[in-house]
Amino acid sequence: MSLSQPNPVRKAKNNIAYGVMVLAFVIAIIPLISILWTVISKGAKDFDVYFLMHSMRNVSESQSNGGAYHAILGTLEQVGLAAVITIPLSLLVAVYLVEYGQRHRLAQAVTFFVDVMMGLPSIVAGLFILSFWVLGLGISKTGSGFAASLALLILMMPIAIRSTEEMLRLVSPALREASYALGVSKWRTIVKVVLPTALPGIVTGMMLGIARIMGETAPVLLLVGVSESINANPFSQPQGSLPLFVFSESQNSLQTAINRGWAAALTLIILVMLLNLIARLIAWWKAPAASR
Amino acid sequence: MSSDTPPAVAESEGRAPKPDPTPSALTAKAGLGDRIFGGSARGAAIFILVLMAAIAAFLIYQAEQAISVDKVNFLTSFTWDPDGNNTPNGVPEFGIAAIAFGTLITSLIGVLIGAPIAIAVALFITHYAPRALGTVFGYIIDLLAAVPSVVYGLWGLLVLDNHMAGVSKLISDVLGWIPMFKTNGTYGSSIFTAGVVLAIMILPIIAAIAREIYKQTPREQIEAAYALGATKWEMIRYAVLPYGRSGVTSAIILGFGRALGETIAVAMVLTSVPGLVTRILQPGGNTIAANIATSFGDAFTTGRQALIASGLVLFVLTLLVNYIARLVVRRAGKAGA
Repeated sequence: MSLSQPNPVRKAKNNIAYGVMVLAFVIAIIPLISILWTVISKGAKDFDVYFLMHSMRNVSESQSNGGAYHAILGTLEQVGLAAVITIPLSLLVAVYLVEYGQRHRLAQAVTFFVDVMMGLPSIVAGLFILSFWVLGLGISKTGSGFAASLALLILMMPIAIRSTEEMLRLVSPALREASYALGVSKWRTIVKVVLPTALPGIVTGMMLGIARIMGETAPVLLLVGVSESINANPFSQPQGSLPLFVFSESQNSLQTAINRGWAAALTLIILVMLLNLIARLIAWWKAPAASR
Repeated sequence: MSSDTPPAVAESEGRAPKPDPTPSALTAKAGLGDRIFGGSARGAAIFILVLMAAIAAFLIYQAEQAISVDKVNFLTSFTWDPDGNNTPNGVPEFGIAAIAFGTLITSLIGVLIGAPIAIAVALFITHYAPRALGTVFGYIIDLLAAVPSVVYGLWGLLVLDNHMAGVSKLISDVLGWIPMFKTNGTYGSSIFTAGVVLAIMILPIIAAIAREIYKQTPREQIEAAYALGATKWEMIRYAVLPYGRSGVTSAIILGFGRALGETIAVAMVLTSVPGLVTRILQPGGNTIAANIATSFGDAFTTGRQALIASGLVLFVLTLLVNYIARLVVRRAGKAGA
């Protein structure tokens, strides 16, 4: 046996392994193609301006009109509220962990809980708010958009804190020291030097977090109640939700309902993919040219 | 003054390195602004700890309320009837055993199918595909992780399940002598279909972590394997796979943990049937998470509290699994592997 020519068995094994890897990749992208293709082709039937601008009020499941406006509005408000609370809070927590807390016991406890929250099943986040907010404090018993926001916030928080923390740690200590050397106080250094330097990365992390919670159905299902009409107030009365609308339409066997479900799924995928795309574009655009 | 700071900082970066004083030695005395900003950062950290503690307390309280009125053993009973709709005198009877079994078996099927494919995909992207193409392929697989779970559910229910019926019939025809693969003549909407959906959902998670690990295989080990005359597969078998073993094991466990908690996709695909379901190819089966989503709407006070109790079990289960995943990595780190 010469060194340059492996024997036929080893050669065959090598070729089989190559074939298996390629096959695995093909198998992995088949569902993606199938999902995107079905959602686009089936969703396009009902997806139009009318669908986006009308609710399901006084529309029976067997009718082919009706739309997702109430659900889109609800989801945007719930996700928006969750983001408005999560972004400043997680920024502050991450700043504490990186700039103030070094190896302090409080910082260790927070890191531990962020780890715990990271692996939290989304339905359990819904149950948290159900037992705390709804059953415990007795608020929004018939459901409200804000209760759903609270559950979404629990799911977004660990992603936002972890990604912000990583970005802040990437900021060179030399930048901070240079700022201190100029007599700038610690908080001004953080606000004027550290945060601006890390900003693109932080924005990317936040947007990926928003994209993740936008598609969450399980916690919303427990908290938002049932509404087929437009309710612009997230703080009282049940509100619609786009992922929940997909779910409820799929539970109906009527073709008109199923069609609306596909159109709602298409709307949801467009929103989520758009957020993902923008987040990645910001990351790519602000990345050092060498790593592009 | 503050607007001039960044350029000044940029200039000072290029200078010769000075002795490295600790940053705190350089900070001025904490002024009012510092105390407010530092205080609110610390306050935010304390706030989320207090919030978590309050939530845990309420969760345990509600669960305890339900378990205290349960007439059967919560951990070993197969029935789920907390509102007493079908029990004599309407007493609450509910246990976690059947749905916990369903949770474990669907997740196990998900991992058994998803993990090998994910590993092969990661190897393909890092060691077979051309570099530039590998990055693009990586993005494509990442897209799978961005699809909302309700969309997986809709697709699983209306597209995948039609195909799964045929596959299930084939498996049942060949392996029907094993009790698990016996059926009542109907196929699909089964534990097997739910497992396949879970496999697709956890594939991008495992693949992403495995990709990062395989990418870091030391160059010397790869070159050394080639220098010994190894084929590409032998190089992977003896250099890349052993290097990534602990990290990829932990990724697989993390994927398993994710599958345990997946709710809406499983709820949409499975036809829920009361009691223990062991035949994985015929319609039926339930999981802890799916049971919460499907029974919540009709549940009264005890019913809701019972669902919270089952959620607590799911929470502990996922905590345990995630902890094991971290342990695997830490052990390997200590061993120097």
